[in-house]
Amino acid sequence: MDFALSILPSVLVDGIVLGFMYALIALGYTMVYGVLEFINFAHSEIFVIGAFVGVEIFLMLEASGSLIALHPAFVLLVVLFAGMISSGLMAMGLERVAYRPLRGTPRLVPLISAIGASLFLQDFVRFVESLWRNTFYLSYPSLDLLEKSVKLGAMTEVPVKSILVIVTALIMLFVLYFFVNKTKLGMAIRAVAQDPATASLMGIPVNRIIALTFFVGGAMGGVAGVLFGLHYSLVNPYTGFIPGLKAFTAAVLGGIGNIPGAVLGGIVLGLLEAFAASYLSILTDGTFGAEYKDLVAFIALILILIFRPKGLMGERVREEGA
Amino acid sequence: MKGLASGVGLMAFILCSSLLVYSFPQSALAFILFESSLLLIYYVPTPGKIKLFLSSLVLVILMPFLGSLNGYYLEVAIQVGIYVALALGLNIVVGLAGLLNLGFVAFFAIGAYLWAIFGSPQANEFIPGSLFPLSPWWFFVFLPLSIFVGAFTGALLGLPVLRLRGDYLAIVTLGFAEVIRSLVNNLDKPINFTNGPRGITPIEKPPLFFQPVLEFFGFGASPASLYPFYFYFVVLFLVAMIIVVTRRLDNSSIGRAWKAIREDEIAAAAMGVPVVRMKLLAFAVGASFASAVGVVFAAKQVFINPESFTFMESIGVLAMVILGGMGSIPGTVLGATVVTVVNLQLLKGLSLWLNSLRQSGIILTLPFLGTFDLSQIPAQFEPAKYERMVFGLVLILMMIYRPQGILPPRRGEAKSDGAP
Repeated sequence: MDFALSILPSVLVDGIVLGFMYALIALGYTMVYGVLEFINFAHSEIFVIGAFVGVEIFLMLEASGSLIALHPAFVLLVVLFAGMISSGLMAMGLERVAYRPLRGTPRLVPLISAIGASLFLQDFVRFVESLWRNTFYLSYPSLDLLEKSVKLGAMTEVPVKSILVIVTALIMLFVLYFFVNKTKLGMAIRAVAQDPATASLMGIPVNRIIALTFFVGGAMGGVAGVLFGLHYSLVNPYTGFIPGLKAFTAAVLGGIGNIPGAVLGGIVLGLLEAFAASYLSILTDGTFGAEYKDLVAFIALILILIFRPKGLMGERVREEGA
Repeated sequence: MKGLASGVGLMAFILCSSLLVYSFPQSALAFILFESSLLLIYYVPTPGKIKLFLSSLVLVILMPFLGSLNGYYLEVAIQVGIYVALALGLNIVVGLAGLLNLGFVAFFAIGAYLWAIFGSPQANEFIPGSLFPLSPWWFFVFLPLSIFVGAFTGALLGLPVLRLRGDYLAIVTLGFAEVIRSLVNNLDKPINFTNGPRGITPIEKPPLFFQPVLEFFGFGASPASLYPFYFYFVVLFLVAMIIVVTRRLDNSSIGRAWKAIREDEIAAAAMGVPVVRMKLLAFAVGASFASAVGVVFAAKQVFINPESFTFMESIGVLAMVILGGMGSIPGTVLGATVVTVVNLQLLKGLSLWLNSLRQSGIILTLPFLGTFDLSQIPAQFEPAKYERMVFGLVLILMMIYRPQGILPPRRGEAKSDGAP
């Protein structure tokens, strides 16, 4: 029991870090679902592209020797920004090529196209990296700043990495909240999500707003990708699948289409997973260990969809007709 | 009379192409030409009896004969058969009933592990005594048993999730498949059910009950050389059964109910179609096919592990159904054949070609582009490693340009357009 208590703070930190990461990815799913009522299955690859752009910039800086010369905070800012922009643009391009031609078709048609896009992008990243570096398993170089930890209280140490993830995620979430709720473009996004036909009649360029939504959702995924790389170091073209599926779970958990719901769902799922990873083996005397943590997330997904498909905070339902 | 003439023409094509394979047993192109004779039989208008005669000639006599020249062809044919059977199962769920199942491979895995556990010493791990492996004859018990187990698990999964919307259903089935794979991967402790990631081997093959008969007629052959032919016929029989069952279902009130649900669920319910029960039935039928194929797969492979049942397998089978044409039996057969042949022969062939280029040491000089040392081609470029890219492109391009597939169902004129 003492052991269980002593690891509690680090489990909490792990869970929150994981949760914010899921939350950032889940925003992409939920925003796109909000405007198009469609699951962007390829969002997990948008996330991976962010991670890869980040690692490429790191490796280039390292090769040119400026990684040591530049201030680490500046480097982090550049990498995060680049990951964000490239993922956002990728998401926009994807929408234009693979989804827009399919608007108005039966529901399953764009979903199948999205699955195709997801597979295609995985091997595309692999192809480009093979061409460029002759390998597609890359790792983020370690920054001295990130390897330190901060002491909190007597026995709790919080790694700077985790703080970075949490702080960045909070900033991004705040910016997103401001953007969606306080700006004109954000209002347009909300209008399109509520009723695309009426929004179009009110003079909102619906196609451009949908592209913008993809950009914003993709940018959040890109930031998550860079943070994922900084935190776990190793990335490959196929890393996105499991986090993507879990982030989708988080989006459904919070109520798909609901932006605050995605954040809440992400954090709940992250904590659930961290607890399962650490405490499952203690609770079952080592019979079931951390290898079942993925199972916990998927079983959670199945149970939510069966018992409360509208999620914790309620699905944002499009108003029909009148 | 015209039908007879085209029948003779087809016969000539079949004989010519098999002669080609006979003379060039190593040429993949000749073999693909031979395979395409089946497609030609389907397309050319001839009386049904002639079609049946010609296709059984190709499948029952010529294929095993040519397979005896180059064993790899028989292997390809068995793989094609396995995927055709799987794709036909998924076709019922996705094509006829319109339910996107992204975890189809889970049922395949259930069937495979059913026979793998009891048809190998594995079951001794959790059942006291040394009763296992069961005798090969039990294979013929497990084949029908797997149909029931598959149908049962299909219904079990379907029961809670079939009320969900289409896209949620897709994700839940995907999650279910991951759960099954994860369980198979981890259930080697506390009790060793599946032997975890190490997989199960050796799995019993079905009995060679006809060997004494062959020997009586003077065809003494070793079991090792007989098994490929044996599995070929088992798979052929399975595919034939599945096609017959699917056709009968397709033309029955059940098939019409499925298609009604696919086109418009609310209208179907209003017309008195028991929507949930019909969806459940579709799930169960598809799952039972996959599970039966799984038993054959396990027996054929002798060794199975969780790696054979990944998400990519589900997607591969989905790509086959979509490429061929959802809801169409000939389309699905064609899609499965094309994808498998592309995967096994074309991509592998290209990889081999690339390898031989690399080893040839040729230095290529192109105008304006400079010189290329072909031995420098990175091994990362082998096309066989890019099956995801191929599947992905197939899915996107088919959805954008031809969502109904290469061979759409013929009776598909009742489309839902025009309805308010």
